[in-house]
Amino acid sequence: MSDQADKAPREKPRWREDFPVRWAQERYVSRRELAKFLTLGSALLATAGGVIAAIGNRGRREPKAPEVRVADASSVPVGGSALFRYPTSEDPCILVRGQDGSLRAFSQVCTHLSCAVVYQPARDELFCPCHHGVFSARDGRPLAGPPVRRLPMIQVEQRGDDVVAIGIGSDDS
Amino acid sequence: MSELSFFIDYSRCIGCKSCVQACEECDTHRGVSMIQLETIDRHGSVQTAPQVCMHCEDPICAEVCPADAIKKTDDGVVQSSLKPRCIGCSNCVLSCPFGVPKYLVSIDQMMKCDLCYDRTSVGKKPMCATVCPSQALTFTTLDEIRRTRAGEPVNEWRFGAEIVKTMVYVIVPKDVRAVEITGLVQLGKRPSTHDPNDIADLLEQP
Repeated sequence: MSDQADKAPREKPRWREDFPVRWAQERYVSRRELAKFLTLGSALLATAGGVIAAIGNRGRREPKAPEVRVADASSVPVGGSALFRYPTSEDPCILVRGQDGSLRAFSQVCTHLSCAVVYQPARDELFCPCHHGVFSARDGRPLAGPPVRRLPMIQVEQRGDDVVAIGIGSDDS
Repeated sequence: MSELSFFIDYSRCIGCKSCVQACEECDTHRGVSMIQLETIDRHGSVQTAPQVCMHCEDPICAEVCPADAIKKTDDGVVQSSLKPRCIGCSNCVLSCPFGVPKYLVSIDQMMKCDLCYDRTSVGKKPMCATVCPSQALTFTTLDEIRRTRAGEPVNEWRFGAEIVKTMVYVIVPKDVRAVEITGLVQLGKRPSTHDPNDIADLLEQP
């Protein structure tokens, strides 16, 4: 409808472009356009993610594990243990000397509910008294009770009489 | 738009209701008649007037539709409401100056004359025009109408300052260029006629 007094066409609201009365003015997104949008969009997202990750990684080095003297080797007899903290003062660890005389160290925090584990030399096991969790003192594997994850192993090295922690070990040891 | 157009010659209507019956049989709206046959003055005259959709150039029914359910095709036909979109709000029913759209409660949808789109889109006549015995409803060319009819086909309606152009023509006396509605309708409350056959008067009485 038009106005007799004012012949100028009435200005259409902007939303009318999206919902035109005339069928021919409808703009449909074709399947090909949608597929193109999805493909290019995914590629862009993947590239952007890679770039952001690369920028984030650049110049960042894994902090080298500090070397800390944790105990005197002579103070830990066969079947004995000693407590220390590594790598920070918030991380309690336990150093044990097995029946074969080798020194091994593990995190003292039980992987079940974070109680402190103790060494049981008779069975060469680390025992958590809270829920009777048992870990192997050879590699930290959970042997019994609720824990399902290994105790993190601490790499230690004997230098003379000093026992030095040199890193948090992997599970393959 | 094809050069075939729809023409209404009210003076030729004999009220036989053939169009109403034929409309029901159209495939686009099977069983529901979309044409309305109005009586002009039931008490004093047998004159009737068929009303099909006039297919406005700028269809106000589609303009006011909040659900974008009424579409106009390239050939100028204003389609019936789209079933998945129509919300049955009756905005179109209230807005149409010709009173064409009808809201059907049973299907909660508006339906209106779509010029038998399945037929006219392939060059056939609408159902009503094929059956009208007096050719009050005609689907033909402008030239043919001018050649065979005494009146003049016009497609301009003036509602005061508002001009409505339609795709459907009505045949009026030769000197008329547009249908002036303002002089025909009475705004506000009209004086009571006290006529027992005047339905509008009966409805307005308290």
